[in-house]
This record gives sequence, C-alpha cells and structure tokens, in this order.
Amino acid sequence: MEQHSGRDYALWTIAIALVVIFALIPVLWLISISLKPPEALTDQRFIPSEISFDNYKSLFEGGIDDSPFIKPLINSIVIALITTVIAIVLASFCAYAIARLEFPGKRVILAGALAIAMFPPISTVGPLFDMWRALGLYDTYVGLIIPYLTFSLPLAIYVLVAFFREIPWELEQAAQVDGATPFQAFTKVIVPLAAPGVFTAAILVFIFCWNDFLFAISLTSSDASRTVPAALAFFTGESAFTAPTGSIAAAAVVVTVPIIVFVLFFQRRIVAGLTAGAVKG
Amino acid sequence: MKSERTRSERKLAWMLCAPAVLAMLLVTAYPIVYAVILSLQDVDLRFPDEGGFVGLSNYIAVLSSDLWWTDFFNTVVIMVVTVAIELVLGMAIALVMYRAIFGRGVVRTSVLIPYGIITVVAAFAWQFAFAPETGFVNNLPLIGDETDWFGERFTSFVVIILAEVWKTTPFMALLLLAGLVTIDRQLYEAARVDGATAWQRFTRITLPLMKPAILVALLFRSLDAFRVFDTIFIMTRGALDTESVSILGYNQLISRLNLGLGSAVSVLIFICVFLIALLFVRGFGAKLEEGRPN
Repeated sequence: MEQHSGRDYALWTIAIALVVIFALIPVLWLISISLKPPEALTDQRFIPSEISFDNYKSLFEGGIDDSPFIKPLINSIVIALITTVIAIVLASFCAYAIARLEFPGKRVILAGALAIAMFPPISTVGPLFDMWRALGLYDTYVGLIIPYLTFSLPLAIYVLVAFFREIPWELEQAAQVDGATPFQAFTKVIVPLAAPGVFTAAILVFIFCWNDFLFAISLTSSDASRTVPAALAFFTGESAFTAPTGSIAAAAVVVTVPIIVFVLFFQRRIVAGLTAGAVKG
Repeated sequence: MKSERTRSERKLAWMLCAPAVLAMLLVTAYPIVYAVILSLQDVDLRFPDEGGFVGLSNYIAVLSSDLWWTDFFNTVVIMVVTVAIELVLGMAIALVMYRAIFGRGVVRTSVLIPYGIITVVAAFAWQFAFAPETGFVNNLPLIGDETDWFGERFTSFVVIILAEVWKTTPFMALLLLAGLVTIDRQLYEAARVDGATAWQRFTRITLPLMKPAILVALLFRSLDAFRVFDTIFIMTRGALDTESVSILGYNQLISRLNLGLGSAVSVLIFICVFLIALLFVRGFGAKLEEGRPN
C-alpha cells in the first residue's frame, strides 16, 4: 500500500471538512433561526445568543383545528405512506416480471418508465387540475396520491429490478428440493433476500412524495389535503406585521430532522438505491 | 410443451406488469393528450361561457410574447450554470468519497443530507441566509453588508443557483462515484509507473472511461434543472424577471385559470424536454439503457 504523509492527512482533512460544512450549513442555520426569539431574528448572527422555543410552541398551539402546521404534517405523512405502500406493491410485481420472466415488451416498459421519469410534471398539472375538479378529486388525498404514484413508479421499478437481478433465485428451487413448499420457499428464502431492496425503494419513494411541491400547491386549496411544503409557502405571521420566518424555520426543522436521522441511519441502502443500475456492472 | 410454457410465462409477466403500467400511463399519456387538446382551445375558467377551437393561436400568443422568451432564457441559464457547477463540484466530491485515505463514510453521510431535505425547506434556508434583515451572509467578511440579494435580477439568480446546486450536487456526486468505481485501478498503477502526473491520470484515464456515466448524469440533471420551480417560487415568485418556464405554466394554469394558454406553455415545455433528451442521446451519444430515473 501507498505511504501517507502528514501532509496527505492534512489535505484530506481539509477536503472532508469542506464537504461536511457545505452539506451542514443550511441545516444548522435553520435550527439557529428557529431557536432565536423574535427580537433577535435580525441580529444576523449564525449562532443564536439566546435560545427560545417559542417558535415551536406557536406551531402546535391551538391543536389540530387552529395550528397551521399539525394538519399539513398529518397530510404529508399519510399521503406519503399510502403512496409508498401502493407504489412498492405495484413496482415489485412489475420488477419481478422484468427481472425473472422472458416476455416481449420488457424493454418497452423499462424505456417507458425512463421516459416518465424525464417527463415534466408541469405538463400534467393543467389537465389534472381540470379533471380533478370535474371528478371531485381536487383537494383530496387521492388527488395527490395518483400523480405521486405515477411519478414514483419508474424510480421504484428501476431500483427493484436492479436488486432483483442480484438475487440468487436458484435458492428457491434448492429449498423446494429440500422439502419446502413453494410458499415456504418464497417466504423463507426469497422474501428475506428481497427485503433490503424493497426497503430501499420504499425510502426513495417516500422521500420523493415528501418533497413534492408543484402538485401539492396546484391540486390542493385548503388544509384538507395540503402537505407541508405547500403549507410552508402559505404560512403567515402572528399578525400582519410579523414575518413568519421563525415559524417557517421551526416547521422546517420539524420535518427535516427526522428525515435526516433516517437518511443517515440507512445511508448505505440509499446510496445503493440511488446508484442502482446507474452503471452496468 | 415449451411454447405452452412460454405463453403462460408471458401471460403471467403481463399480468404482473399491467397495474404499474396503467398507473404510469394514467397521469402521463392521457393528460398530455388532454393538454394538447386544451392548448388548441380558448379555455379560461374565469369566462366559462366563451371557448371553442382556436387552432394554434395560443401557441402563437405564447411564442410571440416577450415573457415566454425571457423565462425560457432564464431556465436555460439556470440549467446550464447549475449543471456545469454541479459537474465540477460533484466530480470533486466523488473523488473525495472514492480516494480519501480516511473518513469516506463521513463524506458519504453528509452528502446525503441535502438529498433528504425538502427542496422548499432548502430554498427557505438559503433565502433566510441571504435576506438583508435576517441573514448571516451580509455579516460575513468580504461580502458587502449592504447587498440586497433579492432586490436585483442578477443577485437573485446567484442565490437561486446556489440553492439548486446545494440541493442536487449529492445526486450528481453519487452517480459519478458509481461510474468511478468501475474503473480498473491497475490502469492508474500502470500510468503511475509510466510517469503520468495526477492531472494526466485524471484527464487521460478517469474522464474518458467515465464518459458514459458523466453523460447520463448530465442528461438527468439537465432535465431536472429545466423543470426548476420550487426554489424560484419560494425565493422570488418570479419577481424581477426571475421566472422559469414552469413558473410561467403554473401562473397561467393555476393563478390565472387560463387552461388554454397554460396548456400551450405545458406542451412547449414538454417539447423542450424531449429535445434536450434527444440532443444528449443523438448528439452526444448518451446511452439511456445505462441510465436510470432519479
């Protein structure tokens, strides 16, 4: 192996520190503003001189009926979870067929999924707005779940196909030779092997839904189904004269920190999922 | 016997794929056809009694307006500048993740943070950072403490591009890293023995061998950048001529309820995206089978 000098270590430390600072600054800054009391908001300091939790308290004040944040938070979680479950089930069927079965049209499906991934969502917003109003889906959960499903399926299918291709499917037959029923062979052998890929795809789909803003502001009009990103854009201050900066920062921290912890905890899987199939190995 | 089995296998495959294929077509194929139909009509929800087929006049109205061309210019500038910066920065981060003699895990962990953050939240974070009243940026050394970042078109673009670069560089870096790890390390050893400098090794080995991965990463990020919406909506709402084409489409469709004009904008955006993809595939030879949606 190569020898590394002290200078090498110093240079790499600087490089790594730069990347880490680059990634962390906006997050630390949001936490900092969210903790500043209103009168310190304009002190232009990166690190708050005194700490107050008033912004967080005001977010949850008034319970589900009066808080501007609780209902959108529930909407975001429920919509993202439902979409994730449906997308993963549909994508698993499809990816299983593509990875294991021979049939004409396989390439067409993969190419079509890729085309949809490149599709500009704004091009569907107008028609969906018109159709959803006619069908009564405007400002409902279903009205958001349907487009999220469409745009997250290509991602889920690609990730799952890449994972399913790596599974040694012969093990299924081997288990059956050893006396397992087909059902046992599937649940005891294949499911545990496929679970990491399915879980990875689920994380990516959830993050996709959690992040969407365009559909969320175009297809909703009230807290009935408005998700957090859309609600943040419509936040107002305590009175007409106070800017909602503090509340927005606090809300942003509440929806960001759990996701970051989650992402960091499962970072290996996410990296594998994001780059699955990016390069043919 | 064999053909019987093949036939049943095909049938099973199609049954397994059908739900996903239908769900994908439901919100893409049908709406884009519907968008084309709407774009040929005079549909303004504020005046529901008027209407009817108007041919290409919506397209003529859009294409002869200064607003479309300003927004198109803005979008292309944002796309080209962000993707160019991301390529350089993403390559640097990918090299750090690949070559660092320690701390690779820390780097990989931290680059995933921007990926996990909601784009709207990231846009607010940067907006607050640069806002003259609340931000810390104007308090930094070397930066004029009087700069009103959102008071001018150019400086607004600087902040918008910074926020976009921050949010999406990790994805670029990870795609490039995936290409980087496929290069045979022995090539570097051989080049080193032959006396190649680090820069020569990078330009003569790394870049040529990574060309397919780079093209695919550029294609996906370019198409994504062309759709820029969230960051601009939060930071300026398109004020001071900072609108992107997606913001223009949204304003026509949802704010002004002019479905005819808005759909013409949507269809034009669709055509632009198609042409960008075509340029990469035909012009630069990007191999899409090696690509994947993000």
